[in-house]
Amino acid sequence: MALAKINQVTGPAIYVPGDDIDTDRIIPARFMKCVTFDGLGEYLFHDVRFDDQGNKKAHSLNDERFSESSIMLSGKNFGCGSSREHAPQSLYRAGFRAIIAGNFAEIFFGNSINLGIPCVSMEADNRAALAQWIESNAGTEVTVDVDQLQVRAGDLTLSCEMRAGARDSLLNGAWDPLDELLSANQEVDQIAQELAYV
Amino acid sequence: MKAKSLFEKVWDAHTVKTLSNGQTQLFVGRHLIHEVTSPQAFGMLREKGLAVRYPERTFATVDHIVPTNESAEPYSDPLADAMIKELRKNCDEFDVTFFDVSTGKQGIVHVVGPEQGLTQPGMTIACGDSHTSTHGAFGAIAFGIGTSQVRDLLATQTMALGKLKVRRIEVNGELAPGVYAKDVILHIIRKLGVNGGTGYAYEYAGDVFDCFSMEERMTVCNMSIEGGARVGYVNPDDTTFEYIKGRPYAPKDEDWDNAVETWRSFASDDGCEYDDVVRIDAANIPPTVTWGINPGQAIGVDEFIPSLDSVSNDDQAGTKEALEYMKLEAGSPLEGTPINVAFLGSCTNGRLSDLEEVAKHLNGHKVKDGIKAIVVPGSQIVSQMAVEKGLDKIFTEAGFEWRGAGCSMCLAMNPDKLIGDQLCASSSNRNFKGRQGSPTGRTMLMSPVMVAAAAVTGTVTDARNVFKN
Repeated sequence: MALAKINQVTGPAIYVPGDDIDTDRIIPARFMKCVTFDGLGEYLFHDVRFDDQGNKKAHSLNDERFSESSIMLSGKNFGCGSSREHAPQSLYRAGFRAIIAGNFAEIFFGNSINLGIPCVSMEADNRAALAQWIESNAGTEVTVDVDQLQVRAGDLTLSCEMRAGARDSLLNGAWDPLDELLSANQEVDQIAQELAYV
Repeated sequence: MKAKSLFEKVWDAHTVKTLSNGQTQLFVGRHLIHEVTSPQAFGMLREKGLAVRYPERTFATVDHIVPTNESAEPYSDPLADAMIKELRKNCDEFDVTFFDVSTGKQGIVHVVGPEQGLTQPGMTIACGDSHTSTHGAFGAIAFGIGTSQVRDLLATQTMALGKLKVRRIEVNGELAPGVYAKDVILHIIRKLGVNGGTGYAYEYAGDVFDCFSMEERMTVCNMSIEGGARVGYVNPDDTTFEYIKGRPYAPKDEDWDNAVETWRSFASDDGCEYDDVVRIDAANIPPTVTWGINPGQAIGVDEFIPSLDSVSNDDQAGTKEALEYMKLEAGSPLEGTPINVAFLGSCTNGRLSDLEEVAKHLNGHKVKDGIKAIVVPGSQIVSQMAVEKGLDKIFTEAGFEWRGAGCSMCLAMNPDKLIGDQLCASSSNRNFKGRQGSPTGRTMLMSPVMVAAAAVTGTVTDARNVFKN
């Protein structure tokens, strides 16, 4: 089945401040006691959104003005720590289709691209401008343009970056590599035979 | 011939082809799986009607959800019980070797692989777990991956990956007494930052690594990912080969000599080019403890908790957030911070040599009243060997609880959890907010001997002042 070509993502955005937001923060480990990814969206950022009585804490993800968001803006080193794909799965299931951050931890980045979630990096000044715009224009659409490497919000046009290979995968509808990997069976068998170990 | 690093040699030997997006299709010779990140991958295989292509290259164990204080099934937690049963079913259906609890070989996946001799130089290894970098201690290229990539490996034994750059980190000279492998890696992360390694494989080298045992090398490679590096490795040498020899999956008889020759050839060539080189003087590494909410927020045990005016503009917000979460006073001494829990274990520091080193110091000391102290061997085999040496008695007589093998309180996907804002002196690898199971729980990472010193005194303390022999 051909995958969608992801040239751009448009939707309301939310700002989740902070650097080094780790995947335990995005989805705490106790919610990974499951054998499918279904339902993970509900627990996104659970422990920063709720206190131990289950009451909502002050957090942009609890702010109704941003409840329809599909684009998330955050700080540096987003998605560090555990390799759990549960983190991007949880974001996806909560409706997020693109992430903008200072930069991304390696494994999180790869996991997100594999799900067709563009992750674009943006410099601090631009992030600050965008954060301010989002706060003043809650619910208004933002566009993450993977093709042009731009984020557009109202009058703002901000440049962003993404590694070429990942960007090409999204633009060409090849972000899930499985079919291409499967098509190389003969070459794979040859390597398997050449290797000194089983 | 051009001089190459180990990373390049292993990468080249496993390259299938260049994919349409420019990434490499990389053959992964060993695939390790566990119960948390594999069930969805098996589900995807079933959905697509795919088989496991090379079942003999995948090995499973169960570690994250295993209770360490009960062994009877069904487990009291029905979710945990469902997960172990799902893994059992998947391994059975797809013909994958499973080191189940009943085999006596179960344990944390990064302890079990090396213990079984599955981890060898020159291999590519992957596992749906970020601490897979541990296996790099043997001169393998070992990646943590997500579940979609677990699926890719099961279905094709290959994955799509961009090539990493290589940074050589040389630690030369001699470590001070009471400074361990854990301190070395915490110091490296402190210096290079939690995302300093993004895009890099770390090659650890120098006098300190030449002298390190395999288990010490594993402790350092294990935490590469905490510095942002997906891969960390040490070039293979005689220490490596000696460790592997005789293990169940090690090459045997006439194959052994050939294997050693091949393994040796993977070591980085003299004069190969690195993308970056960092040199650290071993003598400058103190016993190191994290005070904050990421592993880079670490200081020497005799230093002071950072204040906002002592850090760069860039670190202001992060420092403020960490001080608040950790309930610490800026500028106050780290030493003397009261703890509630002491945790000894994990894929970083749950191996036999870790337990032996602590037991050597702990003998004759008692855990301070009111402190909960647990020791969790990294595998059933580690546990058995420790019991044969009488270590369990030393720990229990000192007041530690001796538990069954598993990930335990490193990430608390099992009954071992912090309660409320308890502060844990921990030999594990992550001090993230809520990491040890309570959303307000606090973690300070340190070496196993420092954990023992904290357990005995009830406070963060320089172990060298506690265990004076």
